[in-house]
Amino acid sequence: MSTKIVTARVGVPESFLLSTYLGHGGYSALRKALSMTPEDVHAEVMASGMLGRGGAGFEAGRKWSMLKQDPIRYLVVNGDESEPSTFKDHLLVENDPHQLIEGTLITAYAIGATRAFIYLRGEFALGLERVQTAINEAYAYGAIGANIFGSGFSIDLVLQPGAGAYICGEETALIESLEGKRGFPRIKPPYFPAVIGLYGAPTIVNNVETMSNVPWIITNGGKAFAALGKGRSTGTRLFALSGDVVKPGNYELEMTSKTFRELIYDPDLGGGLRDGRSVKAVIPGGVSAPWIGPDNLDLPLGQDEVAQAGSMLGSGSIIVLDDHSCAVRAVWRITKFFSRESCGQCTPCREGSGWIEKIMHRIELGSGTESDLDLLLDVCDNIAPGLTWPPQQTTICVLGPSIPSSVVSGIKMFRDEFMVHIKEEGCPFVH
Amino acid sequence: MSTDVSQNLVTISIDGKEIQAGKGELLIAAAEKAGVFIPRFCYHNRLPQVGMCRMCLVEVNGPRGFSLQPACYLPVSDGMEVVTESEKVKKAQDGVLEYLLINHPLDCPVCDKGGECPLQDQTMAYGPGESRFVEEKRHWEKPIPISDLVLLDRERCIQCDRCTRFADVVAGDALIEFVGRGDHTEINVFPDRPFSSYFSGNTVQICPVGALTAVPYRFKARPWDLSQVESSCTTCSMGCRIMVQSSQNELTRYLGLDADSINHGWLCDKGRFGHEAINSSDRITAPLVRKGDSFVETTWASALELISSKVSSAQAAGDPNRIGFILGSRLTNEDIYAWVKLAKGVVGTDSVDSQLGDGLKGEVIASLRRATINEAVSAKAILAFTGDIKEEVPVLFLRLREAVKSGWTKIATIGTHGSSLDKLSEVTASVSAGQLQLLAKELMKESSKFPELTKLFTNQGVGADGEGLVVLLGRENLAWDQSVVEAFALELSRALPRAKFLLTLHNANFAGSVDLGAVPNMLPGRLPLGSASQATRQKWAGLPDRAGRGVKEMLVAALQGELDVLFLVGSDPREDYVDSALANSALDQVGFVVSVDTFLSQSSAKADLVLPASSFAEKSGTTTNLEGRVLTLNQKVAPKGLCRPDWAIASEIALELGDDLGFDSAAGVLDEIAEVSPLHWGLSWNRLVKSSAIEGMMIPISATSLSIRPKAMLDEISTPGIASVWDQGLPSSKTAYVENGSTSADDKPAGEPSSQTVAGPLEPIWRLAPVQPLGFMNLAYSRKLYSQGEHLRNSAHLVHLVVEAKCQVSSKTAEKLGVSSGGSVLITDKAGGEGQFELEVDDSVPNDTVELVRGSFSISGFSPVRSDETVNYVKVERA
Repeated sequence: MSTKIVTARVGVPESFLLSTYLGHGGYSALRKALSMTPEDVHAEVMASGMLGRGGAGFEAGRKWSMLKQDPIRYLVVNGDESEPSTFKDHLLVENDPHQLIEGTLITAYAIGATRAFIYLRGEFALGLERVQTAINEAYAYGAIGANIFGSGFSIDLVLQPGAGAYICGEETALIESLEGKRGFPRIKPPYFPAVIGLYGAPTIVNNVETMSNVPWIITNGGKAFAALGKGRSTGTRLFALSGDVVKPGNYELEMTSKTFRELIYDPDLGGGLRDGRSVKAVIPGGVSAPWIGPDNLDLPLGQDEVAQAGSMLGSGSIIVLDDHSCAVRAVWRITKFFSRESCGQCTPCREGSGWIEKIMHRIELGSGTESDLDLLLDVCDNIAPGLTWPPQQTTICVLGPSIPSSVVSGIKMFRDEFMVHIKEEGCPFVH
Repeated sequence: MSTDVSQNLVTISIDGKEIQAGKGELLIAAAEKAGVFIPRFCYHNRLPQVGMCRMCLVEVNGPRGFSLQPACYLPVSDGMEVVTESEKVKKAQDGVLEYLLINHPLDCPVCDKGGECPLQDQTMAYGPGESRFVEEKRHWEKPIPISDLVLLDRERCIQCDRCTRFADVVAGDALIEFVGRGDHTEINVFPDRPFSSYFSGNTVQICPVGALTAVPYRFKARPWDLSQVESSCTTCSMGCRIMVQSSQNELTRYLGLDADSINHGWLCDKGRFGHEAINSSDRITAPLVRKGDSFVETTWASALELISSKVSSAQAAGDPNRIGFILGSRLTNEDIYAWVKLAKGVVGTDSVDSQLGDGLKGEVIASLRRATINEAVSAKAILAFTGDIKEEVPVLFLRLREAVKSGWTKIATIGTHGSSLDKLSEVTASVSAGQLQLLAKELMKESSKFPELTKLFTNQGVGADGEGLVVLLGRENLAWDQSVVEAFALELSRALPRAKFLLTLHNANFAGSVDLGAVPNMLPGRLPLGSASQATRQKWAGLPDRAGRGVKEMLVAALQGELDVLFLVGSDPREDYVDSALANSALDQVGFVVSVDTFLSQSSAKADLVLPASSFAEKSGTTTNLEGRVLTLNQKVAPKGLCRPDWAIASEIALELGDDLGFDSAAGVLDEIAEVSPLHWGLSWNRLVKSSAIEGMMIPISATSLSIRPKAMLDEISTPGIASVWDQGLPSSKTAYVENGSTSADDKPAGEPSSQTVAGPLEPIWRLAPVQPLGFMNLAYSRKLYSQGEHLRNSAHLVHLVVEAKCQVSSKTAEKLGVSSGGSVLITDKAGGEGQFELEVDDSVPNDTVELVRGSFSISGFSPVRSDETVNYVKVERA
């Protein structure tokens, strides 16, 4: 049985209540942290080597080190999880809100934040209710507010629901939204919210899963965490497996301990593909990531391993396409998502996303031409010049250069299938 | 403010060529100065940059090699390497242009912007020749009105954020916003909240496509059919620089020019769309002579003959003050000079005035140390005791707003009622007339009874002698006689000798009127009547030796039958004089009223003889703005009918009286002004046009102003619609706020007249404010941008914006009166005059005060202000 960190209490009845959490030793990590110096707490997290679980995979402890030491500093937890097929944070906020809160408080203490915010996707109705209830319970318990557990450390924690825009998961757009403005990503420089963030003050933005790991790290030590996994990929990760597998769902696995093939086929995990079909492609790190083919199924689930194969582990969401699914349709659906969710701020993303979606839709419906494939690649190239990975960009934020991933992968891996759509003037698959 | 900027220069390389640029300057601007134009849409030199359109992407070398960066968002740094012409840059820019065009309707042939459109122009210069987009374009209902004056076509919009940034950041009217996402992102207003900003027209001017169009210009002309001249707006005293454009002898449009010291390219809507009045078919186009109850057209010859005979017989009565002249704000400096010379030099009367109880005494204006606009916006602190700047001098409000938001200065406002400046003010203090003397005397003293004001000014570093303080002085409350404000200004000026004043009076060219002697007891050059030089005496043979009457005295004299002939030159006392009841009954008693006007106003409609005057843009000349800056006005269209310039009319009358004023062109008048007035020394038409161009010239001209400012190229993309290369001046920054004329050499600020031209030091005269009678309330009497005026009434698209006279009280006062919003109240003044008004509850009005917004009171014969009261109180009852 592999180690469970963030999902240890998932499945426990009423796991979201303070009483349950306390019964499992909840808030002892916070007590322990408050007995340490903030520097020591920070050092433990540094020692854990934990990479941020939001998608970019930047080391959490190092991010905290970049925080400008102004008198006012903020901590913001990014719970705006809204990419198709990404649903790991959803599980955590609904099932273990106190773990999230405890991790947030420990982090706030470590970085000397003067106020903390949890920005949660507005559609997480149950999650919002559970986190707010948990915050209220934690206030009453003395874990949040003035003089926490008599330590002299005080902080308030505010829950803010999002208003339905995917872009608000981008940290600077999230900050704008939190300030009450339209969710437009901020233009760089300044490069990091750690220097100029919420209300112009230095701000750390961390993902829900990142925060949920912190209590375990404090309780068990950064070394114990770093002992899990391999290389830069320490600890466990929560993989959101979806697509044409028998058992889609969230699976917490020690990093690099399993391969894509094991995740998909292990009877305790994905349980294989339905009706004995075979893997056509895997989208390994959310719909922004380039696809990998069946030849890459033996890659271990690790940050650098997937990067070396030309894609990314990203948010840890893994979509499996079987041989009965249409690559063109999949690309079209993904581009449709991005064109709807482009914030509209800068030209290449606003106009390019819509254009790409329209061409993809046309091809899927059978009105494409062969030259459309070159056009698609060139329109993508004008958003992400060179179509390299990691991408360059003509846009303000990384939503734009996320669009070409599926288009380029689709055309590169399944050009024949595109040509069938074009020549036979329609989709050969049954939907 | 050092002029040696070499320490602040950095060296960057653009396409292999090394250039020097100011530290922190944006790459796009630095490149442009070096002759490299980087294409752009969202960039605007007067707005904060957003880097949204991505058209200005260039390759910049960084730690990870060359990457595409927006030149509009990147400040230059030493050693920066930039490539603007690589394949990669070209592809990125082509790509952005193609993106911008895929959903843009190609309706250029019917688009007002066609021919002056940055999108069209840059598509020609940079874009791929053909579109690869074959899908259905996005569609919106087109166009939709976002205000009374502006229409929005969302299909043409390229989401550059210029209009929205202007509305939010510059105007402070964040009433338009982005709505929606992706390629369905649109600009729109909020439900039931139109873009009703005084500055909405600026969004049309800065729109880089034809998405925003102005209702008055729509489908009126094509840009290539327009011809244009540079001029200055005379709607208020700001002197905003404008481009006047016409097609086939009809004015079509005004555009704001970017004068760094004045308007930064912005205009208010009243100024921008006021050209419609000039085209109006209701203009007076021939001399009209009264026949009983109506007018009949007459010839210039017989009109002049009639004037001559009336003037001669009045002169025969022995007292030259039986003839009076009231000049209005339409006049150019040349018009004013000619009429003052006619009055004082030919007819021999000193009874000339140019203010209608809404200004300040000429001698007081002349004696105050002046501040320029640039000095005001960079002052250590500002004390505002003025009419609502946003209502009276709107673009000055934008300059002050920028200054406060940028932290350049802090404002304290004193007064009797709320104003738009309150939101920008650090301190607002309510004052009564009785407190002003003490306030002025002790403002910078420890004993100050207004500690909040004193503390603010002290913290801001204002000296005990007023050093660093600029006073915005206007008429905060027209219910207080001007003498109250004059006494305050003189007292303050005595207590704080180094404080400076910026006169924020509304009327255009009030400064020129004072400078040129269109007030009693003064001569051109702010000289006292008795101090005429030999040169002046030679040219002004009939100079009177005793002081004449001001407007109020003329009206009182008229009531007593002591005014035989009254010239109203562009003035309408029946409507505009604060005590309109007095003006109406007095004007009825004048023997012979000559009105020189463009429309039949309240006053000219009742005159005995009406002469048709050329309007703005129908004549050339100069005007002086509120800071004392002389600016050019250029003729663009031929005068209507038999209209003549006012200065020429004065000349004709002089000739008829057997005298020759001695000039036959506006430039000739200016030459004589420069000769007679020491204040205007060195000024000439050629110099105004050639050497200082867009900024005009501060008078008196100091020796250093001869230096010519470095020229900046016109950014046609920032200012579409203005062809050719006009000197735009340097972009403003705090350090750029050095007047040409204000040198460190003599430490004398520009605009401050040399001592010889100042009327001697004046003593403040404090008249005892009357005690508030029992049952009477304080009266605040104010003016709005769209209050009254012939110009508004005759501008087809502005006329429906005219505000009705209304009465505002606080909710507490309303409760006391037992009237709710929308109810009717009866207002009675001390003399028994009555008026009925609709009540509006507004809690910016202090309790026990009633604020009357100026409308058209003269129509009902009601005037809430009596000119013989120092402070007016009124009784308010439920009607």
